[in-house]
Amino acid sequence: MTLKRRLPEALSMSLLTALLTLPVLGVHLQVEGLKVALQGDARPVCIAMTAVFLARLFQEPLKQAYSWLNLGRLLPGPQRLATYRTPLLTLLVGAALIWPFFASRGAVDVATLSLIYVMLGLGLNIVVGYAGLLDLGYVAFYAVGAYSYALLAQNFGLGFWECLPVSVAMTATAGCLLGFPVLRLRGDYLAIVTLGFGEIVYLLLNNLDSLTGGPDGVKNIPKPTFFGLEFAREPSTPGGVTFHRFFGLDYRGGDVVIFLFLLALVLVLFILFVIDRLIRMPIGRAWEALREDELACVSLGLNPTVIKLSAFTLGASFGGFAGAFFAARQGFINPESFTFIESAIVLAIVVLGGMGSQIGVILAAVALTVLPEVARQFQEYRMLAFGLVMILMMIWRPQGLLPASRPRLELPQ
Amino acid sequence: MSVLLQVSNLSMRFGGLLAVAGVEFSVAPGEIFAIIGPNGAGKTTVFNCISGFYRPTAGRIVLHGGDKSIDLIKVLGGSLRWRNCVRPKQLAEGIYYWFFGGAFRVARAGLARTFQNLRLFRNMTVVENMLIAQHTRLRTGLLPGLFQTPAYRDAERQALEQAAFWLDKVGLLPYANREAGTLAYGQQRRLEIARCMITRPKLLLLDEPAAGLNPQETRELDRLIMELRAEHGVSVLLIEHDMSLVMSISDRILVMEHGRPVTIGTPPEIRADPRVIKAYLGEA
Repeated sequence: MTLKRRLPEALSMSLLTALLTLPVLGVHLQVEGLKVALQGDARPVCIAMTAVFLARLFQEPLKQAYSWLNLGRLLPGPQRLATYRTPLLTLLVGAALIWPFFASRGAVDVATLSLIYVMLGLGLNIVVGYAGLLDLGYVAFYAVGAYSYALLAQNFGLGFWECLPVSVAMTATAGCLLGFPVLRLRGDYLAIVTLGFGEIVYLLLNNLDSLTGGPDGVKNIPKPTFFGLEFAREPSTPGGVTFHRFFGLDYRGGDVVIFLFLLALVLVLFILFVIDRLIRMPIGRAWEALREDELACVSLGLNPTVIKLSAFTLGASFGGFAGAFFAARQGFINPESFTFIESAIVLAIVVLGGMGSQIGVILAAVALTVLPEVARQFQEYRMLAFGLVMILMMIWRPQGLLPASRPRLELPQ
Repeated sequence: MSVLLQVSNLSMRFGGLLAVAGVEFSVAPGEIFAIIGPNGAGKTTVFNCISGFYRPTAGRIVLHGGDKSIDLIKVLGGSLRWRNCVRPKQLAEGIYYWFFGGAFRVARAGLARTFQNLRLFRNMTVVENMLIAQHTRLRTGLLPGLFQTPAYRDAERQALEQAAFWLDKVGLLPYANREAGTLAYGQQRRLEIARCMITRPKLLLLDEPAAGLNPQETRELDRLIMELRAEHGVSVLLIEHDMSLVMSISDRILVMEHGRPVTIGTPPEIRADPRVIKAYLGEA
């Protein structure tokens, strides 16, 4: 009997669990008057021990059940995904266009936030997914985009639409300037340097008081306008026209939220369109080739630095896109929105969705931003769930939720 | 005799090891030139120096093409020299190549190489391998590509036609849309040569092209190389262990041993040279 043979191992494993979890789960901090006392609590440890014991004991049957369920087949592979892609996207966009008019203001606001993460995910997907460059400081470009809009608006009184191209250009320049010296590095070294860059930008924003306002951030960033029409009760400038007056509607505070959501949707669609074209172009092919074999690329006369730089710059500029929109939506930014954890979340979105998969990235971005909002009462377990999901993904679907391969140019036979 | 590639006094040192010392030879336009020698003689090191993957410790490599000559070491871009400060032209060149230089410049000058152990883009299709090789000539730009202008589509169509032409030449046209990694070994070798030829090189560097091929495939390779020279005027520099292939197609042969050149000559001369026999078989 295999169960009998597994028994010793299961026992020792549960003992190990007890040892590991005792200092974390086994004690509580309790306030007794003015003092804080430690109090033992055996229950969570016992639960963990039992779970490990049972899982170890019934490892074989569990594995069999898992392979019988064949969860991997639930989600389509690259080939099937390609056929579903267009109808799926149309459906998503169609739903997204109608939905905000019926949903609550809070829900639309969360959806807008998740669209910002979709933009970030799509941008980083170029760098990590297509070009294979591990960038751990992507948030820096997000910050550059946000601050460039915020500061241009504050100091020169420019509006969102004038600033958007400027901040995208500035982010692209930042990406190019960082990329040029850094992209001679490979793999882990690149990851470390980009991580450092992200921290440098964060520290700069925090300490360059005279320019960025330091930890106080930038306030009163103007919201985007609808062809010059403001979403406000009263126009901010004398002679200005507001949206509701122009169309003869009653003023509703929710309008601006819906407008921001639709604007984010348009920006996402624009980014999707651009990336879709990019990966079919020679440059997209070159990214993949460079990821596969840099030496072969060099021997064919491709300049690896320029190709990597193009991926880095384009990825950065989409980050700037998202940043400028983020600043406009929030109306207030400070350095705390641009910490390393943001880079980590965006990277998790790309990895979870499937490297190089646009639909996957969209789904993962929505999942990673909406789920924490829905499950607010479990907030303290958020990181735990995050880790659990990552482990499960490694077992179940290491290639990401919806892995996709770049569309290939075929030779007609 | 005109010269296409001039290699003079080439030396390559890895730390304390002198891998190649004092190698000199030249390749004429349209010539098939072979480098042979026992394992570890430094043949591949010479190849890597010529194709820009190594920076030689000493020596010069110059590619003469048409009206201008290109120094294949300078284009790699290296540390700037103080003495060039008084020579603005050299200084400007030095700074330019320091920023924008690299081994890819050697390929753009007109050298294409294959690798001893195949370097195809295995997860990409055969035709895409051929399109990557045309990347530098496919100057399509970002905006035309985004808007799919007629000029862009035209360039893409031409690139596909070129790819089809060369795939047909090496007999891989039926496999055009298959992943390169799924091809048979001999087909992969031919694809690598086709991928080089589509860059329209002046000089084709083949690193052991017959390794792992059966006698039938080796004969086909022999024919292919002769055909490439006859129809496209490409010069060929090859390293090979298969003596029957080397002797049948080469115009001249350089024999190397322990990183030093032993002799250069035509196949009959090499066959009769006692030093070559000694290098291969040791002293009697």
